[in-house]
Amino acid sequence: MAAIRSPAEAELIQALRDGDERAFARLVDMYGASMLRVARLYVRDPAVAQEVVQDTWLALLRGLDRFEGRSSLRTWLFSILVNIAKTRGVRESRSLPFSALAADSGDEGPSVPAERFGREGDAWPGHWATPPAEWDSPLERVLSAEVRSAIEKAIDQLPPMQGRVLRLRDVEGWSSEQVCNVLELSETNQRVLLHRARSKLRQLLDHEVMNRNP
Amino acid sequence: MAVREITCQQLVELVTEYLEERLPVEERLLFEEHLAFCTWCVTYLDQMRQTIQVAGTLREDDLDPHARDAMLNVFKEFPR
Repeated sequence: MAAIRSPAEAELIQALRDGDERAFARLVDMYGASMLRVARLYVRDPAVAQEVVQDTWLALLRGLDRFEGRSSLRTWLFSILVNIAKTRGVRESRSLPFSALAADSGDEGPSVPAERFGREGDAWPGHWATPPAEWDSPLERVLSAEVRSAIEKAIDQLPPMQGRVLRLRDVEGWSSEQVCNVLELSETNQRVLLHRARSKLRQLLDHEVMNRNP
Repeated sequence: MAVREITCQQLVELVTEYLEERLPVEERLLFEEHLAFCTWCVTYLDQMRQTIQVAGTLREDDLDPHARDAMLNVFKEFPR
């Protein structure tokens, strides 16, 4: 049997195998909220997302004796979650319009529209013609519920994989390694998706939020 | 040697690789050289960092008590 990564994790797993309810409650408090949000990356209905999380906990308990620690407990847990959520998401999406199923297009525009830069033949081709204007206190502006919901909506409108990568990396704060493992993406692919998603979100913030008069 | 400098238009496409520390050393130097004389790109890079920070504020870690109870019940009802 492979060694489980950290002593704390080994202890936690032993406690779970022994039926220690407090150990389980600790796990729920650590990951429960995040699991629900990650489930929502695949299923729309909050009740279905809750079922996905319940099924994940059940799968964890069933699999505990087989857990060998090849990945961390957290990666294992979220991999199970994503697998279950994907299956449920496919079932759910049969009743959705086709556009909601569209795959992420590989053909994307630039991070900043080309017309903001000097063109070939200009004095400074490829340099800012319309430079970015500095933002006015971004972190204060996002305290507004209206602004937050505009940002949430914008993220929801990203192509699905871009939205997932952005939410996991920048909202949940996962490392690129964790995201690659759970979403089964190559590092390069993950980075390209992240770049597109962040660039679009920056553009939205620039247009809709940061330079508006409050 | 190929390019000796990068344009603003090229820089905005390299920002994520730069922030992820995945730029080859040669390109990283070009990137940083560019920033040294282009305050607009400094502003742009700063906005990408702020975008990440703003996204981070969307996380809410409170678990609804009903959802929490439902999760705890999975453990209580698990046959052993």
